[in-house]
Amino acid sequence: MIKEVRLPEVGENIESGEVVKVLVSIGEEIKLEQPVVEVETDKAIFEVPSTEAGIVKEILIKEGEEIKVNGVIIKVETAESKIEEKPEPAKPEAKEKTKPEETSEADKMEKAEKQPESEKQDKTEDRIPEQIAPASPSVRRLARELGVDLQNVTGTGSGDRITDEDVKAYAKGIIISKQTAGAALITQQKMPDFSAYGEVEIKPFSKVRRITAETLSYAWNTVPHVTQFDKADITELEEFRQKHKGKIEEAGGKLTLTAFLIKVAATALKVHPQFNASVDMARGEIIYKKYYHIGVAVDTDRGLLVPVIRDVDKKSVARLAVELTEISKKARDKKIMPDELQGGNFTVSNLGGIAGANFTPIVYWPQVAILGVGRSTLEPVYIDGRFKPRLMMPLGLSYDHRIIDGADGARFIKWVVDALEDPFLLALED
Amino acid sequence: MADKKQLIILGAGPGGYAAAFYAADIGMDVTLIDPEINPGGVCLYRGCIPSKTLLHIAKVINESEKAAEWGVKFSKREINIDKIREWKGSVVSKLTGGLGHLSKQRKINYIQGRGSFESSDKLKVEKADGSTEMLSFENIIIATGSHPTKISSLSIDSDRFIYSSGALDLKDIPRTMLVIGGGYIGLELGTVYAALGSKVSVVEMMPGLLPGADRDLVAVLAKRANKMFESIYLNTTAEGIVETKNGLKVTFEGKDIKEREQEFEKVLMAVGRQPNSKNFGLENTKVQINHKGFIKIDDKRQTDDPAIYAIGDVAGEPMLAHKASHEGRVAVEAINGQKAAFDPGAIPAVVFTDPEIAWCGLTESEAKEKGVDYQVAKFPWGASGRAATLGRNDGVTKLLIDPKTERILGVGIAGPGAGELIAEGVLAIEMAAKVEDLSLTIHPHPTLSETIMESADVFFGTSTHIYRPKRK
Repeated sequence: MIKEVRLPEVGENIESGEVVKVLVSIGEEIKLEQPVVEVETDKAIFEVPSTEAGIVKEILIKEGEEIKVNGVIIKVETAESKIEEKPEPAKPEAKEKTKPEETSEADKMEKAEKQPESEKQDKTEDRIPEQIAPASPSVRRLARELGVDLQNVTGTGSGDRITDEDVKAYAKGIIISKQTAGAALITQQKMPDFSAYGEVEIKPFSKVRRITAETLSYAWNTVPHVTQFDKADITELEEFRQKHKGKIEEAGGKLTLTAFLIKVAATALKVHPQFNASVDMARGEIIYKKYYHIGVAVDTDRGLLVPVIRDVDKKSVARLAVELTEISKKARDKKIMPDELQGGNFTVSNLGGIAGANFTPIVYWPQVAILGVGRSTLEPVYIDGRFKPRLMMPLGLSYDHRIIDGADGARFIKWVVDALEDPFLLALED
Repeated sequence: MADKKQLIILGAGPGGYAAAFYAADIGMDVTLIDPEINPGGVCLYRGCIPSKTLLHIAKVINESEKAAEWGVKFSKREINIDKIREWKGSVVSKLTGGLGHLSKQRKINYIQGRGSFESSDKLKVEKADGSTEMLSFENIIIATGSHPTKISSLSIDSDRFIYSSGALDLKDIPRTMLVIGGGYIGLELGTVYAALGSKVSVVEMMPGLLPGADRDLVAVLAKRANKMFESIYLNTTAEGIVETKNGLKVTFEGKDIKEREQEFEKVLMAVGRQPNSKNFGLENTKVQINHKGFIKIDDKRQTDDPAIYAIGDVAGEPMLAHKASHEGRVAVEAINGQKAAFDPGAIPAVVFTDPEIAWCGLTESEAKEKGVDYQVAKFPWGASGRAATLGRNDGVTKLLIDPKTERILGVGIAGPGAGELIAEGVLAIEMAAKVEDLSLTIHPHPTLSETIMESADVFFGTSTHIYRPKRK
């Protein structure tokens, strides 16, 4: 029997990917779970395992081609049976080609009747009212005209009835998100000819670069940013880190300041729930999240990636250090899966390992805040009547001013500073 | 060079003419082709309309007899078959003539004739006057309808062997008549002949009349049908028919039948209908036909051939005029570039027997078959004041309700006027009404429509006219 291996769902909102490498060839015998292609989607490269075992009969994609989720990658002849090949539902185009040429009328008619079922089917025969969206005929027509699938619309009426307002609100949401996504790209001014001034080299965007450009433009255009600066005295934290980092190294991790920072961030989110939220302007709603997944900006040779560490609140700093080391390596080695780059509530971007003091990070929409960390330096700090050398960490907190007020921002960053200066605080929050 | 038409509609039944009129109303240039002199199709000429005209006569006869119990005795009736036929004909010609007039007013190019496809964009029309014309078109809607199913082993070339159209012709009133098929056509026509004085027998191969309808509704009809008809043979088939000097001798097969051979003056074959999808050149197009003979269509009623649409009986079950008219409008909208889809919440079905049976949406048999969770709320007409004034307490109204959302999933009614009452059920389902909505809607008193409201009250255990507290 010929079976198909298709591109599985790889992550939310990911509809397609680019085929980087085909790992099998026609005639090759493959096993279940054996990687068949390498696919690059938005920000990740990953291998697609085969869902079938058998002989590769057909490869339907080429390297460099775009493949949609659920698109057929290869066809495999499985061992079960080679005879019972079910006729595929014929497409109109295909049928045209297979139409018998010159035959008698009766013959033609008979053949027409015996043709495999096409996709034209009277769908109304088998419908039952509970499967029909609970909306009046005029609302169903409106949805059709606006291209809204009623199954996706939540009805606000009695018995979950969908009203015309529900349909319009849903459609408006789609339009707004489309318009704003496109706006940054459409409004580009004419590019000057730089070669008039000197030598240039033109390279197309890599996939990561394009996505980064699009998402940052979108975030910059939609999120009214405010950045709040502060400094944390991490002298003691640093001593603690130096003392324990050997132990963590044995466990396979690296106890970096980032590990502490994400733990502090998760706890700060618990205390300040409006930072652990998203804004839905189309529906006029704020979505508060009851989980604490933190994204960490990682510098890779493909560009900036933001892998997400899940349930940070439930993990110890030691464990976070190990996970952080693993996921950063995965990101750099192109082993990260799209799902591991999604679902973050808040992001930590630590440039302290490189250089620079303060910077204004851009909120990673649909998140509402991001913490930027600069390089810590020894500074004279006036304590108890005299200056003392203290290790100071520059912090910049950017947030979405639509739902976070300035006072909230100040309170949040103070909480972070306090926690870094006195890590015991973390233990007091559950 | 063929004349290129914007829109041709092939067949002027309730699907075809509704589509044609609508298309003309929204500004299209329409050509409507049908073998009859005026639009109407089987429905008006040989179906719904003449049968309902005769069923009304049957109702008057039956009620006039019943009136004796109420103190009004009429002298023995006199049936003038020619007058009845004339009256029925006048109803048909009034309506079809009216449609012809409406067609002219809309400047529709009505061609009396038959069309057959030469290719995906050419139609050869053989006109009633003997001439032929080749038409090309941008779009065409096939609305060719259906014809009675013929069983070749039982078909016999005799005036005594008739189909529904022959029965409606009303040539005579036979002393005895056998109806093969206990579906809605057989029962309606059987009712007419029984009222006019024929001894009517019905044979049905299934264990009950009206296969597909809920048994509790059919039970209401069966009770009267057993009195009205000479005999009803269930689980029985007619195996052979032979013409004799005085009639047709029919051989039955079935474990319950006592007299295996019986003679009838007339035999009416009413075992269903078949789509008219053959013999007009569909094989010269890309249109596809399924194993039951229906043209394959999508939500827009578009066939596999993009310029060709199909509606009504030729395009799938249920083969009902009101489904066809709605589809006709959908097809026209789609051709007009609108995002149309045939997307009904419920299609009502009515059997115009006495009592009438009507249902829409989910039926109980369907719910059981598909494993749909439902609750029933039933109101027996014995508790309806209006039913009592009519001397008819044998009816029933029931609602099928989704226990989770309390939305109405289906409505079934048996009783006089059920066909009129069911429209409220269809609207309730289309509007996604909850059972509470029906309960809170004021219904006029005293009418049979109150039974719908009271069924909803039964669901809550608070029906005014029956005491049946809700089980906790």
